[in-house]
Amino acid sequence: MANDKPFQPFRNLNAKIASIPMILTALVIFVGCTLWTIFYSFTKSKLLPKLDFVGFDQYERLWGTRRWLVSIENLLIYGSLSLIFSLLIGFLLAALLDQKIRFEDTFRTILLYPFALSFIVTGLVWQWILNPDFGVQHAVRSLGWESFNFDPLYNANIVIYGVLIAGLWQGTGLVMCLMLAGLRGIDEDIWKAARVDGIPMWKTYLFIVIPMMRPVFITTIVIITSGIVRVYDLIVAQTGGGPGIASEVPAKYVYDYMFQSQNLGQGFAASSIMLLTVAIIVIPWAYLEFGGKRRG
Amino acid sequence: MKALRAIFAATTALCAATAANATDLEVTHWWTSGGEAAAVAEFAKAFNATGNNWVDGAIAGGGGTARPVMVSRIIGGDPMGATQFNHGRQTEELIEAGLMRDLTEIAEAEGWKDLINPPSLLDSCTVDGRIYCVPVNIHSWQWLWLSNAAFEKAGIPVPNNWDEFVAAAPKLEEAGVVPLALGQQPWQNSGLFNVLIATLAGPETLVQVYGEKDVEVAAGPKMERVFKAAEDARRMRKGSNVQDWNQATNLVITGQAGGQIMGDWAQGEFQVAGQVAGEDYTCLPGLGVNEVISTGGDAFYFPVVDDPEVQKAQDQLASLMVSPAVQVAFNLKKGSLPVRGDVDLATANDCMKKGLKILASGNTLPDVNQLNTEDTNTQLNDLFVEFFNDESITAEDAQARFVDIVAQGD
Repeated sequence: MANDKPFQPFRNLNAKIASIPMILTALVIFVGCTLWTIFYSFTKSKLLPKLDFVGFDQYERLWGTRRWLVSIENLLIYGSLSLIFSLLIGFLLAALLDQKIRFEDTFRTILLYPFALSFIVTGLVWQWILNPDFGVQHAVRSLGWESFNFDPLYNANIVIYGVLIAGLWQGTGLVMCLMLAGLRGIDEDIWKAARVDGIPMWKTYLFIVIPMMRPVFITTIVIITSGIVRVYDLIVAQTGGGPGIASEVPAKYVYDYMFQSQNLGQGFAASSIMLLTVAIIVIPWAYLEFGGKRRG
Repeated sequence: MKALRAIFAATTALCAATAANATDLEVTHWWTSGGEAAAVAEFAKAFNATGNNWVDGAIAGGGGTARPVMVSRIIGGDPMGATQFNHGRQTEELIEAGLMRDLTEIAEAEGWKDLINPPSLLDSCTVDGRIYCVPVNIHSWQWLWLSNAAFEKAGIPVPNNWDEFVAAAPKLEEAGVVPLALGQQPWQNSGLFNVLIATLAGPETLVQVYGEKDVEVAAGPKMERVFKAAEDARRMRKGSNVQDWNQATNLVITGQAGGQIMGDWAQGEFQVAGQVAGEDYTCLPGLGVNEVISTGGDAFYFPVVDDPEVQKAQDQLASLMVSPAVQVAFNLKKGSLPVRGDVDLATANDCMKKGLKILASGNTLPDVNQLNTEDTNTQLNDLFVEFFNDESITAEDAQARFVDIVAQGD
């Protein structure tokens, strides 16, 4: 506090030395590899990286490929619905749990449990549940509703919603926990004050509590969106991208073209576009969120 | 991690030093179905009998899953002792980068040039006059497997060719049988289509389209017929909700499906299930239309390693794989044809004998893997897995996209 000089390279030297490895990792691995990838996306690299420049050819091919377009569309549907519903359901569950109910711990554990499973397990479990010959459809039919039809994973038009169900089942528990922590952070006096003023409960939530929980919402949104963009294993386990190419996602396109079809250039181009998409969303938001005021 | 690995390596070396000349050789492959595993066990048995130790590195999920693992291990500097690939263009760049061992010396010493039949197998292993792989079997795609029980159930005779099969489809459906079993794996879908090209339009068309990338042939009337046939196949496959190829074969084995177009590796599954060719199932090479078989197959490649012990074991395995006894034992279990013409396959079943006859008469064509890069194959996979699952794509649209892919290929 006594020191007002703006620049002091040797202050807190230990901490600075200790953070060198992390700084190097961030620079070399994140920034370095990203630049490398973008650089090589302009080449004709096949199995091995080669410096054989072809300009924007890889990108032209990418946007002319139906599978890529389907992937992008799926990501948009899955992403927006998954964001909305996991916030909505997560918040509702948290609000319900916050009513000082009995066995809260038990419910919390049950609801959070799916999150302990990997996406691969989640995908397989839901593949079986949604299988028309073994799962829900079969169960309902054997109860007597012979005409009951529910086979999202075998219908190209709705397969992405089948994946969404599994994704929500797995992810909402965590959102609920974060929200619950946020709700617990609200001072009890605010609730008392609201009650004294005779504000109905839903209004208290909507106009007082939720605005106060802004930081929690931001953390949650960041966690959910980063999960959405890299969704890969759920698709691989649950549908394999099928039926046909109806549930393909960008991350799977990148993997398949980089490794399976031995076309690094094409995979790099696709992953650069993924990065660009994320950047377009994140940068303006981060600017609005953190740009104006400087916080420690 | 590195230190840990060094310790592991040291202990392994120590073990290796104490057990005289029992070298561990890790062999990676994607043979995991019943028939395949039985076949690969023959290799392991023969290799262990030489005093070495076969370390099995099976990677489940088919070539599409396994190849990336293998390639990244080789590129990443952690090569296995030996690994399976389909010979053809899958390893082109690995060989060019000098990551695969040159086997020319062994090949010359043992006279593979004269032994291996058809010679195109060895040609696919050859880059700039040097030999880089050991072909172990011949697999052909052009087979239609029919369930006799399914046709009996429908009360119609077992068809003799593709057209009769298409005509029989409505009857099969009435009897509650799915006419054509087709799994969801992309390669199965494009594979089926490639069989339709080779049989209905003829091998020369396949070579023109994939080998020479002839856009006009791809857009021409011969291919139009193939696309029409593919539409038939799409109608017939409805109801086969399975993923893997062996699950699809199982539908035929159990009579739930009328037939399946699948390579001759399907035969191993019939064998494991105890079915007899001609009695329980019928095989039609070339779909009964055009009796040709492609001579693709599997080959083993040996990544470059420094350890002379491992190199010695690699040499031993390479020459063992083409030796007559091992060839017979392996191929009988695998349901594939041997790579040498001079071995006795008296115990082969009817279907394999049909294949051997076609092979001897020389009605062969190159495998798609020998003509196309993996890049082109993946694009074809994407197109056909969509086509066979989405009825809204017309044959004309699909053909237009097919022409684009051919034009892009290299």
